Amino acid sequence: MIEVRFHGRGGQGVVTSAYLLALAAFKEGKFCQAFPFFGTERRGAPVTSFARIDKKFIRTRERVYNPDYVVVLDSTLLDVVDVDEGIKERGMIIINTNKDVNLQTKATVKTVDATDIALRVIGKPFVNTSMIGALVGATGIVKLESVIDVIRERFPEEIANKNIEAEKQTYEKIRG
Amino acid sequence: MIADGRIKSRFLEVESEFSAISSVAGAVAAGSRAFTATCSQGLALMHEVLFAIAGMRLPVVMVVTNRALSSPINIWNDCQDSISERDSGWIQLYVETVQEAVDTIIQAYKIAEDNRVLLPVMVCMDGFILTHTVEPVELPDDVEVKKFLPKYKPNHAFLDPTRPMTLGPFTYPEPYFKLRKELSLAIDNSKIIISEVNEEFGEMFKRKYGNGLIEEYKNDKKIAIVSMGSVCGTIKCVVDSRKDTGLVRIRCYRPLPKEDLIEALKGKEIVIVLDKNISLGLGSGSVFSEVRDVLYSLKDRPKVVGCVAGLGGTDIKSKDINRLIDESKKMKDGEVVWLI
Repeated sequence: MIEVRFHGRGGQGVVTSAYLLALAAFKEGKFCQAFPFFGTERRGAPVTSFARIDKKFIRTRERVYNPDYVVVLDSTLLDVVDVDEGIKERGMIIINTNKDVNLQTKATVKTVDATDIALRVIGKPFVNTSMIGALVGATGIVKLESVIDVIRERFPEEIANKNIEAEKQTYEKIRG
Repeated sequence: MIADGRIKSRFLEVESEFSAISSVAGAVAAGSRAFTATCSQGLALMHEVLFAIAGMRLPVVMVVTNRALSSPINIWNDCQDSISERDSGWIQLYVETVQEAVDTIIQAYKIAEDNRVLLPVMVCMDGFILTHTVEPVELPDDVEVKKFLPKYKPNHAFLDPTRPMTLGPFTYPEPYFKLRKELSLAIDNSKIIISEVNEEFGEMFKRKYGNGLIEEYKNDKKIAIVSMGSVCGTIKCVVDSRKDTGLVRIRCYRPLPKEDLIEALKGKEIVIVLDKNISLGLGSGSVFSEVRDVLYSLKDRPKVVGCVAGLGGTDIKSKDINRLIDESKKMKDGEVVWLI
């Protein structure tokens, strides 16, 4: 079972990120589970969401405590939230930032400037789809095409196209 | 869905939960099939009408997306809201997965509208844990559902000017008492129909949930955990990882399947009851005290211990359940711990 934890702030699409990943896994015939933990429901408050992917039905309902991958949508959270908490030995943390990150962790750390890409392509700092692109590019847990299909189904055409373009750019960028 | 033409129903916007449940009561009394959903304070606001609906024998179906009650204000999951309505005369079914929620809503109408039942049904699903989760669900085919659940044809409580009848009138003490006794018998007797409907659903859709009343999972061990709802998924994972513990999931909490619980729990060394509610002043959850009561008639009754967990959305971790099982071996009969 692959477990992913997303960190971000209310309004950034943290919950959508986990849902998109789960739906993409579902498209590939895998079992999946995605759910949020809301803080107070307001913009800017720290929000966490979780996704699980497995070959069989996922029974557990506890939150993800030992993630394989952690995705940080907002680097200002690094001072507030322990994003490294419980991460597996061979885990990976992917952070949206344009700065050098000095994070004490046993996991691999990768960074991508998703905000810049989102601003240029979408015109707004909505980084959920770009960060999914980075996650998929760095880990290959689902296919890029599966996420694209899900985005097409979920958003109106114009918005979908922009999000898919942003997702492709982060996907390529993180793969170098 | 109505605006998109996907279902032919009328959507009624009302100003409060009290009006919502009153409107549903009126609609069902007029011979319609109706639906509403609520939780927490909303359910508490419906309290008065819930009793009236059961007393009038109206086959209302409502989903309760279980959430904690104030105060302090809390938006997250526990079962205090629906457990606090346990004496209202509604059948209460608690589901473990989103799939079971879908399936149980369909079953609930069949149970409620059965002429041998004619009682309201609450389908209780854990707020957030199930309501805000994305997971694979097989939506039953409309045509198949219509075969399983044909058009509602009321012949009991039905307001029709050509066939006048009174619903929920004033009664003197003795007839009131008699009707309350009849209501009690009616909800007790619904157990058989709840099981039947679960079987029939299983035959048609290839999915069923225990015997409809309880579900036993690897229940051939010395220790049994008894609980309800989505936490049973996490408990099943714990059970898979141990050799000493099984699970008995109560799916139908009202009517309480006493005989099934006795059968499933007799001969156990330890029964651990995990409650997501607290009966203040009793010092334990309601399921604990009722399971203990049910087992009292056994000659060699197991040690029964309780655990209050998950209040206000506190996550129930598998490691906490493991610890609880280990600690239960040292606990005294009747002891209750708080998982916090």
